[in-house]
Order: sequence, then C-alpha cells, then structure tokens
Amino acid sequence: MSGAAAALLVLADGRFPAGGHAHSGGAEAAVKAGRVKDAASLGAFCRGRLHTAGLTAAALAAAAAAGHDPLALDEAADARTPSPALRRTARKLGRQMMRAARATWPCPELDALAAARPRGAHQPIVLGLAARSAGLTPLDAAHACAYENISGPATAAVRLLSLDPFDATAVLARLAPEADDVARRAVEAAEGDLADLPAASAPLLDITAEAHATWPVRLFAS
Amino acid sequence: MTTVLGAGTPAPARPAPPPMPAPAAAVAPRVAVTPVAAVAPAAAAGPAGVRAHVRITAASDGRGGTALPLLSGEGPFAPRRTRSADPARARVTLVGAMSAPLGGDRLTVETRVEAGAALRLDSSAAMIALPGRVPGHAEYGVRLTVGEDAYAHWLPEPLISARGSDLRQHLVVDLAPTARLVLRDEQVLGRTGEEPGRLSTRLTVRVAGRPLLDQQLDYGPGAPGWDGGAVLGAGHRAVGQLLVVDPAFAERPAEPRMLGETAAVTPLAGQGLLVTAVAPDALQLRRLLDQSHIFTSW
Repeated sequence: MSGAAAALLVLADGRFPAGGHAHSGGAEAAVKAGRVKDAASLGAFCRGRLHTAGLTAAALAAAAAAGHDPLALDEAADARTPSPALRRTARKLGRQMMRAARATWPCPELDALAAARPRGAHQPIVLGLAARSAGLTPLDAAHACAYENISGPATAAVRLLSLDPFDATAVLARLAPEADDVARRAVEAAEGDLADLPAASAPLLDITAEAHATWPVRLFAS
Repeated sequence: MTTVLGAGTPAPARPAPPPMPAPAAAVAPRVAVTPVAAVAPAAAAGPAGVRAHVRITAASDGRGGTALPLLSGEGPFAPRRTRSADPARARVTLVGAMSAPLGGDRLTVETRVEAGAALRLDSSAAMIALPGRVPGHAEYGVRLTVGEDAYAHWLPEPLISARGSDLRQHLVVDLAPTARLVLRDEQVLGRTGEEPGRLSTRLTVRVAGRPLLDQQLDYGPGAPGWDGGAVLGAGHRAVGQLLVVDPAFAERPAEPRMLGETAAVTPLAGQGLLVTAVAPDALQLRRLLDQSHIFTSW
C-alpha cells in the first residue's frame, strides 16, 4: 500500500492549505475586460491558459518531480515569466506551498530549496518537489499542476460572475482530456533536455497581470 | 522586376505560390509588403522546398567602426549592406528575393556580432508565411550571437501568417554579459480579413549561457485556445514584443508600466526589459511598441 493515489488527491485538493484560493489565474482581469462573461468564454479562457501557462508550469513541476536541479528550474521559470507581477505571485504561492509541503511530506530536498530560496521558489517547482517527496510520479505532479491551472480560474469565475457552479465544473470536466494530454506532454518534455522545456506563453495573461496588480481594490491577489 | 540575390548564388527558382484570397497590400500601410514572388522562370523547385542559409558577421574594424567580413545569402534572402545613419555601425537589410517561407522550406539566418562591433539589421518588407506545394511545415531559424561590448539592433518587419501556411520560427539569441540588444518581433495573424495559418514562434535569449527570456507563442488552427480570452482575446490579430537587454538593467531594473489596456512594459528577472503588446492589426501594434518610448543611450 503506497498511498500514492490518495496523496495525489491531497496535493491536488483545492483545500490543501497552499493559498491558491486567493488567486484567480488572470480570470478577474479577464472578467473586468469582458473577455470572460459566461461558461463558453470561461471555457475558451481556461483552454488557452491550460495549453500555454498550464503546459509550461506542468513541465516545470514534472521536471522537479523527476529530480532535476530545482534552482536551474527556478531560473528557467523566471525566463518564462516576463511579468514581474506573475513572478511575485509564483514565488508567493511557492512559499506557501513550501510551508504546507514541509509540514505534510518533509524531506531534505524541500529543506534545501527552502534554504536556497527563502522568499519562495516558483510554485510549480515546489509542487513538483512536494509530489516527489510524497512518493508521486512526474506525471502525477504534471496532472496536479495542469488541473490547478484551470480549476483556479473556474472557481474564481463562480465568485466573479455569480456563474452557476455546475456550469463552471462542467467547463473543467470538458477540458479533462486536454488536461491529461498537457500532463503527458509535460512529462515527455521533462524527460528531455532542460533547455527544451516548454515555454508556451499567453501574451494577454502577462499584460493583464500587470494591470491587475495596480488595481486599488480587487477580489483576488492575482 | 529586379531580382537581388546573394553573391553569385543561382536563384533556386520555383513556381509562384497558390493564389491567396486577400490582397497582401491591405496590410497596414507602414508595413511594406513585397513578397517578390517567383522572380525566376519556372524551373521546378526541389520536392522538399527551399534550403537557404544566410550568414552575417559583423566585426570591429579597429578604427571605431564595424566591418562585415561575412555577408552571404541565398534563396529567399539577400542580405545587403545599406547606408547607416551612424557611421560607427554597420547596417544590413534583408531583401526578399523570392516568396518565402512556403511549406517545406528550411531557412536559417545566422548572425554574429563580434566583440566591440555594432550592427543594425532590418528588412525591406514583411515576411509572409504561405502554404507551399510541398506538404509539411516550414522552418525559419534565426541565430544571433552578440559578443562583449557589442551592440545589436534586430528590427525586421513583421511576419505575416497567411491562411493555410504552417511555420515554425525559432529565434535563439546568445549574449555576452556586456552585450546590448534591441530586438523586435512582430506577428500578424492573417492578412486583412483572412484567417491565419498555423504559426509557432519561440524566442530564446541567454546571457552568458543563462536563460534570460524563453517564450513560445502558438496561433491558428491546431493551437488550442489561441483566440480565447487568455492568449489574444477577440479582435486581436497582431502580437509583438520589443526586447531590450543592457547590463545597466542589472543595477537599475526598468519600472513596469501599462501602455493602454493591451500592452505592458515589464522588467525581466535578469538584465532586460520586455514590451509585450496585442492589437487589432500591424499598424496599431507598431504604434504601441513605438509608444513604449524605450530610448537607449546607445
């Protein structure tokens, strides 16, 4: 009995105390701009996010879970995150994930990364190391990361738009096969040369994250 | 129509590309569109598309100026030394000599700016990715190496992805720690009123071998979610980036700021800043990038 399947559920659970609930993954800015206004546009938003930022994050998580140098991955994550607002968010979420992971699945690798990056490493890398420490595979880490990448905006949209939670969950269910595909591609990439890790990006997410960070009043931190 | 070709290279002639639905000239006026189609009489193109390699080397001439010891081109590109506003810098203009890239083409531009040299590269017209008679995608690779205390301005006209085309572009830039760079990269998704083809473009920039910026953009049929609210948003058919790398940013990073609703100036984690913009068309995109007023003292 390895307990790995349940460990994956713990890691991917929205109630895992890593602070993700305070972030909308760009959905708040997209709602304000009128780009996300109903279940259909939420679906298009999540789909684009999954195949860009989601793929990139899942590959970083898979590479960390596979045992690649987390500091080299952290540098690769910086290069893939031109927006300083998104770098701050990724490190803040990484710091919170680190606290939760060290309490849940303590291991020397997590301790070493926490010591090297006291202000937080990029969240997908911490997630990948946490998965590794929990006895999970790179594919598990990629799945958790890809899923979180779309579940965050979908949950946020329920609050931002008073969207029917059933509709928001249906968006996630419809994207499930693509999330599986993204996780699989992330793992394939993590098995290759680190320089070739996916760098898929979404220009609007980068641009609107900067605008969102300057709002005086907002519901979500990002 | 005159044909300009690289030093003595025979023209790899091929038939004209298939007719396209929209007039190319309907693109924004600042963007001169001249795919000099099928200049040579129709000798058959190779079954695998065109293979072409451009090589440019800029080196200090020892008298405060820049020489071009290597300037060779073939096929679609003719690199020409053009008049530079600043005599201390060399200027090279890529002149389109035939319609490219088409499906199956493999085009490479390899540029070295050696220590202490200064090069400005531009192009005479937008590059239009078109479908070819050869099945399969086209590849366009740019390799730019900039040495110590050297300057590179990489300012080509936009890349236009026409309906039915399939292009993979990869720009790889390697900078020495004291190298300075201004690089503009613009993509226009379809000519006016036209759906885009498939376009994948990656920009990889390293300083002293360490990653500074790595971004891949995927658009068009087969790129999931590219026109949704996360990637481009409705009505945006042009996307571009302006990258400035300068060792001075290591001490004093740029301040992030917005340029309207659809463009942002962002300091990178390393010694660079990036302007990212999306816009309805090429003209408005260029206005946004110009509006960033990223003036360098060099």
